[in-house]
Parts: sequence; structure tokens; C-alpha cells
Amino acid sequence: MKRLFNEFLRGIVKENPTFVLVLGLCPTLAVSVSVINGIGMGIAATFVLLGSNIIIAGIKNSIPERIRIPCYIVVIATFVTITEMMMKAYSPALDRALGIYVPLIVVNCIVLGRAEAYASKNTVANSFFDGLGMGVGFTLALILISGIREALGAGTLLGHKLFVSFDPVFVMGMPSGALLVIGLLLGFFNVLKGRKT
Amino acid sequence: MKSNLSVGTSPHLHKDESVSRIMWLVVLSLAPAGLAGVLIFGLSALWVIILGVASAVFSEGIIQLLTKKRLTVLDGSAFLTGLLLAYNLPAHVPFWLPIAGSFFAVAIGKQVFGGLGQNIFNPALVGRVFLMASWPKYMTAFTKPLNYDAITCATPLAALKEGRVLENLSKWDLFLGLRGGCIGEVCILALLLGALFLFYKKYISWHIPLTYIVTVGVFTYVFGQKGMFSGDWLFYILSGGLILGAFFMATDYVTSPLTYRGQVIFGIGCGLLTAIIRLWGGYPEGVSYAILMMNGATPIIDRFTKNRVYGKR
Repeated sequence: MKRLFNEFLRGIVKENPTFVLVLGLCPTLAVSVSVINGIGMGIAATFVLLGSNIIIAGIKNSIPERIRIPCYIVVIATFVTITEMMMKAYSPALDRALGIYVPLIVVNCIVLGRAEAYASKNTVANSFFDGLGMGVGFTLALILISGIREALGAGTLLGHKLFVSFDPVFVMGMPSGALLVIGLLLGFFNVLKGRKT
Repeated sequence: MKSNLSVGTSPHLHKDESVSRIMWLVVLSLAPAGLAGVLIFGLSALWVIILGVASAVFSEGIIQLLTKKRLTVLDGSAFLTGLLLAYNLPAHVPFWLPIAGSFFAVAIGKQVFGGLGQNIFNPALVGRVFLMASWPKYMTAFTKPLNYDAITCATPLAALKEGRVLENLSKWDLFLGLRGGCIGEVCILALLLGALFLFYKKYISWHIPLTYIVTVGVFTYVFGQKGMFSGDWLFYILSGGLILGAFFMATDYVTSPLTYRGQVIFGIGCGLLTAIIRLWGGYPEGVSYAILMMNGATPIIDRFTKNRVYGKR
């Protein structure tokens, strides 16, 4: 049990997909304008990760070596389609906000990376916790980035006004603001890591 | 890590020059332009300059203390960054605008890369572009010259972009700085005085400024408003931030090419980009973007314009 829990924790801290592996930056840059978008994207990616990790770990022995990537893509695309349809049905506003980036989870390198690097070599239980950890790590990173960007770029947090009078920093709402925040956070976490070792 | 012993190749010449001496003399050469700006736009311009400089020096000190680096706040480079940033602002802006801009310029434009000599982009321009992208409404509200009541007016270039020409503006007005614009960019006369001083001290060479200005002139003449070869080239040279940018910001040692050949390419590139942005771009003025883009191209220019080592084929 403790081992499984470690699998879970690894995705959040030691191998955080955004800040350590630096994977999946495309959706991170694109949707981290507001916290609600970040959470939505994080949950969608976590669901896909969990589903694809479980299925791929389960059928890994019957997938031929040479066509494994297409097989992964079919599995992942199935879950992405489910996610997209659910989102369209139950939260159309979020679906409009995330736009093309939900279908693009199919080619998200976190999902594909975990399938190739982890789920295809490990048991179903391990893969489940790996997917959960990676998904939660991705979601937390998105919340952190989008929190900073929303607070500075719009003066709000989850839609609530933070300051009495505040001239929003427009650049934080633009793609360049996302690059700035991610770069600074990456540097910050690297400094923390360097201090520990 | 660093040894105290520095071994260089001969000839060993000693010259009474240092980075900080050059920085302070460049600051001195910028003084007339600032003075002219204060005369033209009033005391609020002075406040912008003071706040910009103080914030830049303060930010540099704080960051160096926090990162446990050697304190070099008195070498004049942060002072110069803050000064150049303030010169790139309109005279009536909220007090926190130069503070935020200077902090961003020093922190993100310079210290993140490792401090003086390590930055890829000109820090003052990084600060300006950050402010421009973040608070455009303050950055484009220019004060009317010689009218100290904070009445705003369009800059000549902005007016041209909207399709009208400021009729009552003569070339002399442009040369003396009697127009709307940023604090340090308006008075061409004062800027040229400072530039002459820098040429006299041999701190800058003619390569970047001359090629930059000539390129803008030729390009705007050829692609004129009323057909080919009819452009008002002198207007384009005298308005906007071209003179300030060409002499004081494009010539920054750290972010411009090392060889003269490279500097000519750099100047022509800056000129082309500036003219293209001014004529067809979304913004009325493109000097800061042009210089920043060429800053980004500087490593490539340096690679392809290496001087031939003597005796090597």
C-alpha cells in the first residue's frame, strides 16, 4: 500500500509533469488564464490519464510491439471523446472556454508519455496510482499558474474580485504572461530543489 | 571559483576606463535630454524620472541581497536602466508605473539572466514593452508640450497612423521637441548633444546609429504615403523615439553585435523593422520592438561576422 502511495506522490512532487518533466506545456500555456479553466483542464486530463493508464496496463501483453503507439492513441482518443461529450453536455461554458484544447488532450505528451514510459511496463494497480498522481500534479500546477495569472491579469480569483482598485496587468492574460509565470516558477522550484540536495 | 589572478594576452595597455565610469558618463550624456523633457512637460516628468531611477537602483540592490551576490548598485548600470526607462514614458503617468516598469526591467530584463553583461535584451526596453503590453491606456496618453496642465495630445506618429497630419508642426518643432511624446525622446537637439559627447569619448561608434537612421530614412522615403519615392523621410527620422533608440539603446554594449560588420547588419535590421512597423504595423511606433527583435538576433549575427583570425584561412 505504501508503495502505491509513493507512486501517487511521485507525480505530484518529484516528477511533477509541468515543473519537473516539463511536459504538456501547450495546454498549460493556453488555458491557464483563469483558475476555473485550469481546474477544468486538470480534471479532464486526469480522467483521460487514469482511463488510458488502466486500459493500456491491462492489455499491454496483447499489443504488438510495432504498432503500440497507434494502439495507445486509439485508447486515449476514446477517453478524450468521452470527456469532451460529457463536458459539452454538463458544462458547455467550460467547453467553450477550453475550446480546441480538450480534443487536443489526445496528443498531450503527459498522457502519451505515461502510457509509453509507465503503463506499458507496469501492473494495473501501479498504473492507476501513477495516472492519478500525474493528473493531480498537473492539476495543482495548473491551479498555481492560473491562480497567479488570474490574480494579476484580471484582479480576480475564481471570479471574485481581489482588490478594491487595481489596474490589471494585461500581459498576464496574454500568452507571454503564461511563459513568464511558468519560467519564473520553474526557476523557483529549481532553486528549492538545489537547496535540498 | 574565480581566481584573483587575471592573465590576458599582450599588449597590456592600461586605460583609465571601467564599466561604471562609462555607465555614469552615458548617464551624463543623457542629462540634456532629460532636462529638455522636464522643461517641455513640466515637473511631473522629473518625478517620473526620479521614481524610475530610484526603483531600478533599489530593485537591483534588493535582488542582489536576496541572491547573495556582490552589491553593485553603484556601478551606474541600474541607474542607467531606470533613466532610459523613464525617458520612454509619457510625462503624466500614475506614480506606480515607472516603479513597476523599472522593477520588471531590472528583475526580469537583467537579474534573471545573471546580472550585468548577461542579459540578452536591453533591460530598459524590456521594461517599456512590459508596461506597453500591460497598461496601454497610460502608456499612450501623451502630454501636450509647454502646457503644464496634463492635457493630452497625439504624438505625430500616432496622428499619422490615424490618417491625419499635424499641420501646425514644423520640422523645427520636431527638432526642438515641441510635440507630444515620451519624456526623453522629444528633444532631438539635446539627444544629439549627448550623442556627440559619446562619439567624442569613443564610447559608441557610428555603425549602429548611422545605419539605423539612414535605413529608416531611405525606407520611409521609398515607400511614401503618396506613392513611391515621395515619403517625408525627415519627419520619420525626427519623430518617435528613433534618435533616442538609435544612439542610446541600440548601441548598448551587452546586447549589440561585437564586430563593426555585425553592427552594420544590426543597424540595418533595426531600421527595416522600425520602418515596417511604423508604415504597416499595428502600432504607431516600432523602435523598441525593432531593437528588442534585433537583440534576439545578435548571437546569430555574432556567429556569422566573426573576425578572421590572423594567419588563418
